[in-house]
Amino acid sequence: MPANRTFEVKALSRVEGEGALYVKLEGDRVSHVELNIYEPPRFYEGFLRGREVREVSDIVARICGICPVAYQMSASHALEKALGVDVSPAIRTLRRLLYCGEWIESHALHVYLLHAPDFLGYESGISMAADHKEAVERGLRMKKIGNELLEILGGRAIHPINVAVGGFYRAPNKQKLRGLLPDLEWGLQASIETLDLVSSFDFPAWEHEYELVSLQHADEYPLNHGQVVSSGGLRIDVEDYENHFQERHLPQSTALHSVMLPEEKSYLVGPLARLNLCFDQLPATAREHAERCGIDWPSHNNFHSIVARAIELIAAFEEAIEIVRAYQAEPSPSRAVVELRPGVGCHATEAPRGLLYHRYEIGEDHLIAHAKIVPPTSQNQGQIEADLRNYVPSVTHLDDQAATQKCEHLIRNYDPCISCATHFLTLTLDRGERTAERSTL
Amino acid sequence: MADKPTLAVFKFASCDGCQLSLLDAEDELLAVAGAVEIAYFLEARTRQLDGPYDVGLVEGSVTTEHDRQRIQEIRRQCKFLVSIGACATAGGIQALRNWADVDEFITHVYAHPDYINTLDSSTSIAEHVTVDFELRGCPINKNQLVELIASLLHGSKPKVPAYSVCIECKRRGTVCVAVAQGIACLGPVTQAGCGAICPAFNRECFGCYGPKEQSNPISLATHYAATGSDRPHLVRLLRNFNGHAPEFREASDLAQAGPLQVDGDHRVQ
Repeated sequence: MPANRTFEVKALSRVEGEGALYVKLEGDRVSHVELNIYEPPRFYEGFLRGREVREVSDIVARICGICPVAYQMSASHALEKALGVDVSPAIRTLRRLLYCGEWIESHALHVYLLHAPDFLGYESGISMAADHKEAVERGLRMKKIGNELLEILGGRAIHPINVAVGGFYRAPNKQKLRGLLPDLEWGLQASIETLDLVSSFDFPAWEHEYELVSLQHADEYPLNHGQVVSSGGLRIDVEDYENHFQERHLPQSTALHSVMLPEEKSYLVGPLARLNLCFDQLPATAREHAERCGIDWPSHNNFHSIVARAIELIAAFEEAIEIVRAYQAEPSPSRAVVELRPGVGCHATEAPRGLLYHRYEIGEDHLIAHAKIVPPTSQNQGQIEADLRNYVPSVTHLDDQAATQKCEHLIRNYDPCISCATHFLTLTLDRGERTAERSTL
Repeated sequence: MADKPTLAVFKFASCDGCQLSLLDAEDELLAVAGAVEIAYFLEARTRQLDGPYDVGLVEGSVTTEHDRQRIQEIRRQCKFLVSIGACATAGGIQALRNWADVDEFITHVYAHPDYINTLDSSTSIAEHVTVDFELRGCPINKNQLVELIASLLHGSKPKVPAYSVCIECKRRGTVCVAVAQGIACLGPVTQAGCGAICPAFNRECFGCYGPKEQSNPISLATHYAATGSDRPHLVRLLRNFNGHAPEFREASDLAQAGPLQVDGDHRVQ
């Protein structure tokens, strides 16, 4: 083995958006790790200024095609706080149902098409389908059901059009929602089969002492509401978020990189953080299956993230069934009355990939004067690099190609969403001279 | 296997939603993967086959010097090049920078502006290379994408409607939100394809599919201004995901410049 090695992935695959990885080894020592986000910047926080309050949820949806609802939810709640708008319990429940649709669609995509191939030895879900057709078709049908839920509530699956400050432009049709019940019930069973599949995978025995961060709510698994808590004992209202978490701008990235104060340390958000911190709030079926799946929770092995996603799929189907069964009447009005006024509001919700914080300032002209958006992947970016530094020494016995694949697999544990983080990622393993150029199209 | 046409999917500045539409075609995805060789599609697979490719789908807009060069190479590599979605066909929402001071945007979002390498404009793929077909939408309609791939396999021209969202509204039996509620709606000047979702949800069309052929957004904006719509609101309505498409751009620039007026024949002066 040469003294200096480089592990490099010039264009990460099976992740959302464009990034690269670069790791440099001097002997067995990891001397440099860099997640290079070359996804071009789009300046959402810049051009949101001067836009109307009602336009924000339509615009911020476009930050991410996979998790538009997360952006719409964090934005709507933050703007409602700025305007002093209270939404009815019925709207609150329907928003939770909308979010379940996004978790189902996003988690099913990641588990079956993007991540399971790493554990089963395929380069894609498409190749995996040749040998595991039943599993891939199950994943696709689950994803489709999530998308159908989004279509009924949001008008369409990608970039829903029915999210308004105060509620919905139109209440979801009761018949259509109830018509989806047999599919949701199938999905609950399919998500239990998903947990059986992924918990049988061979996980690297590798742990890291994470500072885990998520929302937590006494009465429910966190989606739209909760306090920000950490495994280190932090417990704050969302309004205090910026006093404890700050963004840093690093040279290799068009994404901003969050740290936890005062130590400026990296932290982990997402399914593993949520499951570890909010296990007691899992709905009954999800909890029962999480307890028997063979993993001792809490887990500090990030390769268990795929198992956490499967458990959250059970939870999302379980909750969706409960909400749809109880949906007796379309709420009227479908949204609270909103009176524009100047103000400031912030809110965080749990996107499929983790905590998503928004803050808006509404000006005297009733237009957006300031916007701040902190996506999950930019919060995880420091942790991904820390994970790599910690993980790489365990794969240095492998040849460069195999070691690089292992690093890329580790990154996929995070389900990174690079388009989101741009305001994320290039993998290179450098065991010698660095090649800065991207060779991909 | 080697005889199957090859398909490549490329990403520029975008949200990933349009390429996700291919993965969202859950019922057709495995059939598509059987009929074409998915040779390059980073979001879905690790294996990357070298070009040239029979069909290239391009998502996203051109916003960096590197991407300006990359699209030239992609054009050389693809026999049939299709731009998919509003970013690729009109510059996307990030084309709002085309009316702004990009340096000020960078300073506003990033602590170290010197780390950021970007052009001061966001432009469509067709502004850089010859595009063989454009699939509109923000996001595109997955059925149109599957239809496009099927058409190309059969060597026929893809069929996408050229009429406006209004036609889809009528077919859907939606009461017109512009006529009945006086809401400024872009339906009359926006190409069909979405299925007229927004008016069916009791709100205005905001132009996700861009200007239809031979539309007259100036006349429509003038009408809305004359019937009580706030002019800055009309500018913002036109400056959305397809705001930099020429017809919408012309209308918003005019509305931005001053009051929109009509003569007796409702023609713009």
